[in-house]
Amino acid sequence: MKTYDAIVVGAGHNGLTTAAYLAKAGLDVVCVEKNDYIGGATVSRNLYKDWLYSNCSYVCSLLRPEIYRSLELHKHGLQITPFGGSVTFMENGDFYGSYHDPEVAYREMAHFSRHDADAYKSYSADTMRQCRFIRDFLLSTPPDPTSFKPKDLKELARIGGKFMGMGEDRMYETIRFWTMSVAEYLDEYFETDVIKAAFSGSGIIGTALGIHSPGTAYVLLHHYMGDVDGNVGSWGFARGGTGAVADALAGAFQAAGGELRTEAGVDKIVVKNGKVAGVALDNGDEIIANVVVSAMDFKRTFLTCMDKSDLPEKFYRRVENFKIRGSSGKVNIALDGLPTFPALPEGSSLYHSDMHFIDSMERMERAYDDWKDGTWSKDPYIDMTIPTMSDPTMAPPGKHYMSCFVQYCPHKIEGRDWTSEEKEAFGKCVIDQVANYSPDFKDLILHVEIRTPQDIESEIGITEGNIFHGELTMDQLLFNRPIPGYAQYRGPIGGLYMCGSSNHPGGGIMAAPGANAAREILSDLKRPNTVPENFGDD
Amino acid sequence: MTIREPVHQGRLKTPFYPRIEKLDTVNQWHEWKGYSSPDLLYCEETEYFAIRNSTAVFDLSPMTKYRITGPDALDYLNRLVTRDMAKVKPGRVAYAVWCDDQGQVIDDGTIFHLREGEYRLCCQERHFAWLRAASIGFDVTITHETEDVAALAVQGPTSFSVLSNMGLEGLDQLKPFGLAHFDFQGAELMVSRTGYTADLGYELWIEPSKALELWDALFEAGKLHGIRAIGTHALDLARIEAGYLAPYTEFLPVDETIRTGRSRSPLELGLDWLVDFKKPNFNGRRALAEEKRNGSTWRLVKLDIDGNKAAHNSYIFAKEKGNKKQIGFVTSAVWSPICKQNIALGTVRTPHGKPGDTVWVEIYYQREMHWNRAMAKATVVDKPFWFPPRRGAMPPGPY
Repeated sequence: MKTYDAIVVGAGHNGLTTAAYLAKAGLDVVCVEKNDYIGGATVSRNLYKDWLYSNCSYVCSLLRPEIYRSLELHKHGLQITPFGGSVTFMENGDFYGSYHDPEVAYREMAHFSRHDADAYKSYSADTMRQCRFIRDFLLSTPPDPTSFKPKDLKELARIGGKFMGMGEDRMYETIRFWTMSVAEYLDEYFETDVIKAAFSGSGIIGTALGIHSPGTAYVLLHHYMGDVDGNVGSWGFARGGTGAVADALAGAFQAAGGELRTEAGVDKIVVKNGKVAGVALDNGDEIIANVVVSAMDFKRTFLTCMDKSDLPEKFYRRVENFKIRGSSGKVNIALDGLPTFPALPEGSSLYHSDMHFIDSMERMERAYDDWKDGTWSKDPYIDMTIPTMSDPTMAPPGKHYMSCFVQYCPHKIEGRDWTSEEKEAFGKCVIDQVANYSPDFKDLILHVEIRTPQDIESEIGITEGNIFHGELTMDQLLFNRPIPGYAQYRGPIGGLYMCGSSNHPGGGIMAAPGANAAREILSDLKRPNTVPENFGDD
Repeated sequence: MTIREPVHQGRLKTPFYPRIEKLDTVNQWHEWKGYSSPDLLYCEETEYFAIRNSTAVFDLSPMTKYRITGPDALDYLNRLVTRDMAKVKPGRVAYAVWCDDQGQVIDDGTIFHLREGEYRLCCQERHFAWLRAASIGFDVTITHETEDVAALAVQGPTSFSVLSNMGLEGLDQLKPFGLAHFDFQGAELMVSRTGYTADLGYELWIEPSKALELWDALFEAGKLHGIRAIGTHALDLARIEAGYLAPYTEFLPVDETIRTGRSRSPLELGLDWLVDFKKPNFNGRRALAEEKRNGSTWRLVKLDIDGNKAAHNSYIFAKEKGNKKQIGFVTSAVWSPICKQNIALGTVRTPHGKPGDTVWVEIYYQREMHWNRAMAKATVVDKPFWFPPRRGAMPPGPY
């Protein structure tokens, strides 16, 4: 029976990234995927006629350009097209739009408050300062603060150096920033409710926290620290849908000689003599390798795919306590034409932007209250995009695909499984909210796919359908991600590695966990490193 | 005595100006051969991505155009340019370069073989004096027709869909560097599958009186295919990714240079493939043959540069005996949004700059008032940075 150098479990974007870098280093790598399609949540699927749905992840900004470049993803068909701005519709018929042109953006803010328009500069600089701080550590393994290894000490010194380099006042600000709520953070700059509501969305997306919960300021940062072509904070669409990212990574992996197997779900990661020996597939097949890399989330890897007896007791308990709560749903809609939003001028660039429908901080927090009560938000925060406004490949000409990301949507309804009636009601609630601002919207609907966290969990495999593979809170970030002592992509058993978004620097289509894991594996195997360095922001 | 009207004062407007002006939101224009031409119309980034993602429309009416006809047209062109024009059949277009007797480039351009024995030369500069001088002894007529032809570049992955939608039947049969004639509201519309972007794309040529009708028909046909008008900035970014030369940037027309050594030969611009020494005679042949034997002084290089800081105006260095020696400079540099690569074109002294060579570029960049300097490693590449399969697809895809 053939022995591989490494098995990567899960063909999501991180699994494929690790696989590609290992294959590039000359390893014989097989990447196994339970579904009959690749991508995990980085996927586009043809679920209705000629419409392509990015039915999980739908926008792209965090994908590290260093990875894009070194794997030559453009040669494997990837194109990221930025989209401009965003808009928040207001109950009074007005709207707040954000624009690419800074002067237009200024005028729009000044329409609500000259104070806020002027304050935006320092808000932007302060947020960017935090971005610069964190961006530098995305493509590197977090140091173990308890270790005295030269590598850890060096990295700790680098983080410390950058931190100290901010100066006294800004060091205090940074500590506050990393622990405060997005609402408090925004209150320090702005007075206009709709502007704060518009900005606060980034603090809760994918997170089982409300805008007033401590730690949500960091989540805002997580959505700001990406860039499209150097425009930090900018977001784009992958041409051909999000799945194009996975396809390009798979292309790079296969071009490097890697083997991809779909419909090959892993039942168990096999451990022999305290070391991994391969994987047993659901279909009974076994694959042998001394290195197994799990791209699955932290909980699924250890609670579902390993025997408890193979794992240290305290480690196991920590896995059980890992915070990975389902809080977001998705409604994907095929449209017969472009819905009109009468609040917007005809032909407005905001039709290309992402759209939101909550105009106050009060409503933002209320949306979270529903989640805490074990149900979906009745007045939900929706991040709505119409990718076909810029992507000609996802629907026939003149037709459109609408993606509604919905916050909040619980994994279980009051602790039990969703019923199909509840799922329909959830979808209806989302459609109703959009329809409040677009009278012709409902008439244009051809097909709707409703996805609760439970659907995402059962289909993609992510525990509770948590889009980040684990909450992005301070206790689960940097050297604490996923848990203290295991932040360097190595599992508790020899030969076992973790490369999914449960690891530093977390979720979103960043591919950094996958790249960082590959670097560590290659180092352990004493192979030349194929993973690129950070470009640097100096 | 009649008093003559003074020549036109100020900037000229192209036949498409009324439509472009309407779309303009930023009021940022430059002068191009006397005409007003937009740098950008709304946002450089959006306009660039129209080229790479949907359909971009660029007004290239100010391009200099000459009609060359007569029994000796082919012989004349074959003496003028370095490539073999006999191979360019009617209905085909050829990229060409022409030189002085010393083999130094006067200009590059495209030659359209419109019909048997009838050509259009399209280029950046005005060369009537040279073209006429070069015609002595040939039975040809050279007509300046810049103002007589309005032209649009229609570039991007949905451009075929747009033009098909406009009713251009048989366009699917048009190969890269092919041209075809269509009837457009009683006028002749010439469409060539050419461009400056290395993407799927076409160029449309029509009499100025039909320009606005053409624009309207094109935009109507393209409204469901993401059609957008663009300015020069976005186009320039695309052409650097394609590795195409820009006159006055990658080379100067030799007849305008003052200092010695500021001109370039086709061999020095990576255009060896355009120089056909099998032809018995063409302007500059002897000098170029000698250069081919003895080696060139300069070499145009395409650089893939480490890091993400664009190498504008950088010096290029090579390592020699442990020291870095300056060997040339960057002429065009940009961060490529489509390749996520830091790319540049430059000119270096031979023998440096062979494909695969490592060189260094000295990059100066400003961050919050302060200037920084980086010495970035770069690799010389021989292929265009961007050259997707869809550019040459037969038949072209819908997107």
